[in-house]
Amino acid sequence: MRRGQTFERLMQTVFFLCACVAVASVILICIFLFSGGAPALKEIGVLRFLTGRRWEPGRETFGVLTMIAGSFAVTLGAVLLGVPVGILTAVYLSFFCPPKLRRVLRPAVDLLAGIPSVVYGFFGLTVLVPAVRRLFGGSGYSVLAVSAVLAIMILPTVVSVSESSLSAVGDGYYEGARALGAGHERSVFRVMLPAARSGISAAVTLGLGRAIGESMAVVMVAGNQAIFPKSLLVGTRTLTSNIVLEMGYAADLHADALIATGVVLFVIVMLNNLIFALLRRRRMKK
Amino acid sequence: MSQFRIQNLNLYYGSFQALKGVNLDIPERRATAFIGPSGCGKSTLLKTLNRMTDLVEDCRVEGKVLFDGKNILSRLTDVNTLRRRVGMVFQKPNPFPMSIYENIAFGPRTHGVRKKEELDELVERSLTEAALWGEVKDRLRKSALGLSGGQQQRLCIARALAVQPEVLLMDEPTSALDPISTARIEELVLGLKREYTVVMVTHHMQQAKRVSDRTVFFLLGEVVEAGDTERLFSSPQDARTGDYINGRFG
Amino acid sequence: MRRAESLLLRIAVYGAVGLTLAVLGLLMLEILRQGLPRLSWDLFAWSYSSENQSMLPALVNTLTMTVLALAMAVPVGVLSAVYMVEYAHRGNRFVRVIRAFTETLAAIPSVVYGLFGLLLFVGRLHWGYSLLSGALTLAIMILPVIMRTSEEALQAVPDAWREGGFGLGAGKLRTVFRIVLPPALPGIFSGILLSAGRIIGETTALIYTAGTVAQIAGLRQSGRTLSVHIFALWNEGLAQGEAYATAAVLLVLTLGLPALSARLSRRSGHGGGKRR
Repeated sequence: MRRGQTFERLMQTVFFLCACVAVASVILICIFLFSGGAPALKEIGVLRFLTGRRWEPGRETFGVLTMIAGSFAVTLGAVLLGVPVGILTAVYLSFFCPPKLRRVLRPAVDLLAGIPSVVYGFFGLTVLVPAVRRLFGGSGYSVLAVSAVLAIMILPTVVSVSESSLSAVGDGYYEGARALGAGHERSVFRVMLPAARSGISAAVTLGLGRAIGESMAVVMVAGNQAIFPKSLLVGTRTLTSNIVLEMGYAADLHADALIATGVVLFVIVMLNNLIFALLRRRRMKK
Repeated sequence: MSQFRIQNLNLYYGSFQALKGVNLDIPERRATAFIGPSGCGKSTLLKTLNRMTDLVEDCRVEGKVLFDGKNILSRLTDVNTLRRRVGMVFQKPNPFPMSIYENIAFGPRTHGVRKKEELDELVERSLTEAALWGEVKDRLRKSALGLSGGQQQRLCIARALAVQPEVLLMDEPTSALDPISTARIEELVLGLKREYTVVMVTHHMQQAKRVSDRTVFFLLGEVVEAGDTERLFSSPQDARTGDYINGRFG
Repeated sequence: MRRAESLLLRIAVYGAVGLTLAVLGLLMLEILRQGLPRLSWDLFAWSYSSENQSMLPALVNTLTMTVLALAMAVPVGVLSAVYMVEYAHRGNRFVRVIRAFTETLAAIPSVVYGLFGLLLFVGRLHWGYSLLSGALTLAIMILPVIMRTSEEALQAVPDAWREGGFGLGAGKLRTVFRIVLPPALPGIFSGILLSAGRIIGETTALIYTAGTVAQIAGLRQSGRTLSVHIFALWNEGLAQGEAYATAAVLLVLTLGLPALSARLSRRSGHGGGKRR
């Protein structure tokens, strides 16, 4: 029996160690990323790195401001295009959809969330870029094309999470609104939608995180010029695509600067994640 | 002979005291019923007898519970052996999601029975003891979850008997069952108490009267009165016992 | 006035659904329409050459990569879920810490995973561009998915079964592995399939860890998976037809797996207490 107990102890320790792997991974990632990016940040200077507009590896000039702007521009575009459509689609699924159709569409949305980003990128490359070229001229590789691809990519996530939070709102609210004489549409938009507000903002934050961290779907349609995104139709380069494009042949300070680009991205994503956590905590309190 | 001697037992869930200075003897090969309003501590005391209270976080116990002369609350007690000797049947039937045969064989296998003939024999014997053999002998390999509620509960009794315990603890075993299934379980208990010490928590006074030899009445974590069932119901010595069994509260 | 508002809202809702369905439908249709006709036996030739961009090596590598990454992540993920659900005390501070770190892990962009794998496995540990480096990187990436789905599956197992096990004198280990884990398996399995989909679809984290060589790779050799294959074809600026074909295969694979997973988890959801 003693032996049995020792074995129980041993296995409990094994389980505990497994649970620590996730923690250790995050710590390792932080250590390697930050220590890998530190030399470049030190040599270039954090402020100059963040506010520099030029990225010219040949001249050892590294500034990521244009990429930060690019990342924000395409993410903003994706959110503006994708989120309203996504939320309205979620509203449809929750309040307008016949139950039979819903049983098909709801799982289908979750399925679409599993499409690889390289497929989205390829779709953007072969369909959206030519479409933009035809409609607006230019090369088609543009902020607009990237935003559209990202909007499509985050659509399933936004729909799925918003729909869950809309469905979680109690029927009592809806019935109360109808009892006051409000029509179906009015009840849904004035009562149900606000009641699910924090869940929906979580969906937006999640979609935002995916968009800003995406690399494959971006790199194939962005054109990737490291210029300031002054218009929707010019090409752009994001933090992610900067790394993907150049890491293959970079060396020395150039490589370190790319890792530092990763650090900037990591920090931005963590901030986004923090907002997400705070939103959720607020929802829990309610 | 006493199977259990409970001495000055106090039990706390966090800062809430669920049992207060309980002193009680539980006789061997008799059926003892614990009665009292809900939240009075009767289930808690039952679970102390095989240390199922260990599973509750922040649960702290003081005092002694002697089983076979040894304090089972001691740190040195092997709870798995204790629970083999002191079996338990729960409020809701909880057959495992496996076949009827596997349900019964799980306990003996846990305690080292490996031979197939031995297991077969144990399965048949325990199912017979639980008055279920006739109904299930042709479907031993079928899932236990396909049985009716009453059958499931008898299966759980058989499962507890398969490890050859000395004591059977029953925590309101019929509260989730219909009247006919309840009657069958009660009948079963009447037979089982010749071989085993049975301790049963019930909120049904009629059930306590029909099944048990001794009855213990709990109120707010204390034992108010304990005695022969017939005597306790016909002439309760404490006024609160009288009020309770006459349905004035609880 | 009210009527007009209702009408407008209704138009907006139906318009949005139409757009969503149209766009996502167009995506799938376009990829399949362009890709499937371009599939040919040549594309499944044993080796890749610049004349015939066979996807077979990439397909084999995808399989190897999936098996490797799962083999590393599943035991760790499932056992840590066992710790979190069965062993750790509820509301334990350490559990909250692990949760927070797991969520962090889930939010890290794949390009950061790629950099990390490059720095640690390829660089510091000198494994070079190899399936091993890639698989370890991906194993860490899918760990949160496995953990979360396994935890949910374990939490769905009723406590009554645990009590039943303990009540018979079965120890914790035996109760967990013989009674609690079996009914949780379908849920855990659906998480594994979900992760497999992530592995198959991942590109960025692999380019600089497993590399882009188009060969059937061994553990310590560089090899591209299907997703990386599409990226590489694009990057080399040739063979759009082959890229289409590969994208179609990839789409079918990644849509098929979660569909399977959804079916499994639905079944386990029903299987909890009642019999069909």
